[in-house]
Amino acid sequence: MEKILDVKDLQINFDTFAGQVKAIRNVSFHLNKGETLAIVGESGSGKSVTVRSIMGLLANNAHVDNGSIDFKGKDLLKASPRELESIRGNDISMIFQDPMTSLDPTMPIGKQVAEPLLIHGSMSKKKAMARAEEVLELVGITNAKNRMKDYPHQFSGGQRQRIVIAISIVNYPEVLIADEPTTALDVTIQAQIIDLMKELQNKIETSIIFITHDLGVVAGIADRVAVMYAGKIIEYGSVDEIFYNPQHPYTWGLLNSMPTLDTSSDRLYAIPGTPPNLLNPPAGDAFAPRNPYAMEIDYEQMPPFYKVTDTHYAATWLLDPNAPKVEPPAAIKKRQEEYHQLVAEGKIQSSVKGGAKDGE
Amino acid sequence: MGKYILKRIGYMILTLFIIATATFFLMKLMPGSPYANQAKMSAEQIKIMNQQYGLDKPVFQQYLIYLVGLLHGDFGTSFQFNNQPVSYLISSRIGPSMQIGVQAIILGTVLGILLGAIAAIRKNSWVDTVATFFAILGRSIPNFVFAVLLQFFLAFKLKIFPIALWDGFSSSILPTIALAMAPLATTARFMRTEMVDVLNSDYIELARAKGNTPWQTVAKHALRNSLIPVITIIGPMAVDLMVGSMVVENIFSIPGIGDQFVKSITTNDYPTIMGLTLLYSFMLIVVILVVDILYGFIDPRIRLSGNEGSN
Repeated sequence: MEKILDVKDLQINFDTFAGQVKAIRNVSFHLNKGETLAIVGESGSGKSVTVRSIMGLLANNAHVDNGSIDFKGKDLLKASPRELESIRGNDISMIFQDPMTSLDPTMPIGKQVAEPLLIHGSMSKKKAMARAEEVLELVGITNAKNRMKDYPHQFSGGQRQRIVIAISIVNYPEVLIADEPTTALDVTIQAQIIDLMKELQNKIETSIIFITHDLGVVAGIADRVAVMYAGKIIEYGSVDEIFYNPQHPYTWGLLNSMPTLDTSSDRLYAIPGTPPNLLNPPAGDAFAPRNPYAMEIDYEQMPPFYKVTDTHYAATWLLDPNAPKVEPPAAIKKRQEEYHQLVAEGKIQSSVKGGAKDGE
Repeated sequence: MGKYILKRIGYMILTLFIIATATFFLMKLMPGSPYANQAKMSAEQIKIMNQQYGLDKPVFQQYLIYLVGLLHGDFGTSFQFNNQPVSYLISSRIGPSMQIGVQAIILGTVLGILLGAIAAIRKNSWVDTVATFFAILGRSIPNFVFAVLLQFFLAFKLKIFPIALWDGFSSSILPTIALAMAPLATTARFMRTEMVDVLNSDYIELARAKGNTPWQTVAKHALRNSLIPVITIIGPMAVDLMVGSMVVENIFSIPGIGDQFVKSITTNDYPTIMGLTLLYSFMLIVVILVVDILYGFIDPRIRLSGNEGSN
């Protein structure tokens, strides 16, 4: 499998009046060609900051203090602003969260979709507009020909997100970063947008980083999943591994707080407590204070990544050979049993799933 | 669009009629008479004068006579300024006022927009601080102080410009600068605030994500969106300036109408007050119409249509 994007030891800090916020603490992950990697985590866990650093679009008070982002042999963190500009919207593009505010209200949509073509290519304006029309048609704007001159306010939220997607794919980017693209949409539209993205991924053969806090969405689109908490990735693996055989107590909590069809009690589960203040990140596992399974060492020392399978790693002391065996919550246990059964029946190939696409 | 403008012109005429009516009756409520030396005049003389100017008739009848005159384009005759027709008084003096006003509004808004935009782009840098400083200065110091300062340094000391003389473009430069300070400062402040907001918006981030350079982003996306609220304030500012600032006109000896307006009020020169009030109102209404049409060009969300409420 070919890595198209390789992020290593990323550290990003924000200068604020209160002090330095350590937003991203040694994050490493990679994106394989053609796959969809979902980064999940609650608000403030550092998902958006991580991908914005790939785009070179961090806020002014943010600075990258360590790490590398390798894209096609080039470290994006060392690239000049000009080099980044030539990559943005061309090789790597981004879909933003809120379609209601992501489009320029005073520019016709045709022109907005054609803009990346005109910035990066030597395409004539006429050709670019024709191309924009094609792409708008592709993302499902009906009657695109007659709507090129319309303005964003003449479209619904779902249509606007389709237009934002059209802008992001018009240059056939190799990497598409979707920052919670469905969060601002209602559920039926969400499903349509997810389907559209899957369809487009096949058509234009791009690799996607999909950021979300909605696990339901992850199940629908991702090949692999990375779970972030307090500026760190705490567990990653194939989508089946994360959903059926999670190892980190935080992942357990996340999955437990997602209602399923068999959720019987009328109270939804919520992880107790709040995430730590990243002005002074804890020395040990940041999740420890909210973790009912926390051991002493969790407060003192950061857990390393333990290998579960070739594709599945989790940073929790529970996986240490010396750790006592703990029973995960009942619902998680049920998932794990289901998983082992499926593996036994050969319905899931435990460790290769993550690379399934690449194997083809 | 055409239908919309026609409708607006209809409203304009109605508005002018209401203003004419209100001004006429309010004016009649003012104390005093048009005759400065009334004390020395006999009752007989006053009666003759009143008869001559039609002031002996009932107020309502005077009003009707005035309206009929207006419909024929007759603004009446000034009581004070050598019995000249008001229309001639205005037309002979509006030129300089308009020229300086238009020059000042163009200079002020263009520079203000640039200054505000640069301050916003370089937010919290020294450029921003300097721009803010000048904006506060321009806002808080009255234009006649600038006028005197400019006159003293550039005209009197350095002799680059004429001191107080109305003769061609070079003599309009200093009053234009003096008058432009306030609109410059106001526009710059508005522009900066708006632009800072716009630069923080999602579509600017998307524009950056498309690969635009920072300056391309500003030129293509930020500028136009920041202009929308700025245009609102340009309207009233423009009228203010076009009808002239009396003091600045005085300082530079400009034969404009600002001066005349004040004189006409203090001397109860009814026809001149009426004429000038109608002129000011007319200009304000026209500018507001122009601003409303401009809105549509800049912001498609409020593009005008003939049907009210459809947009």
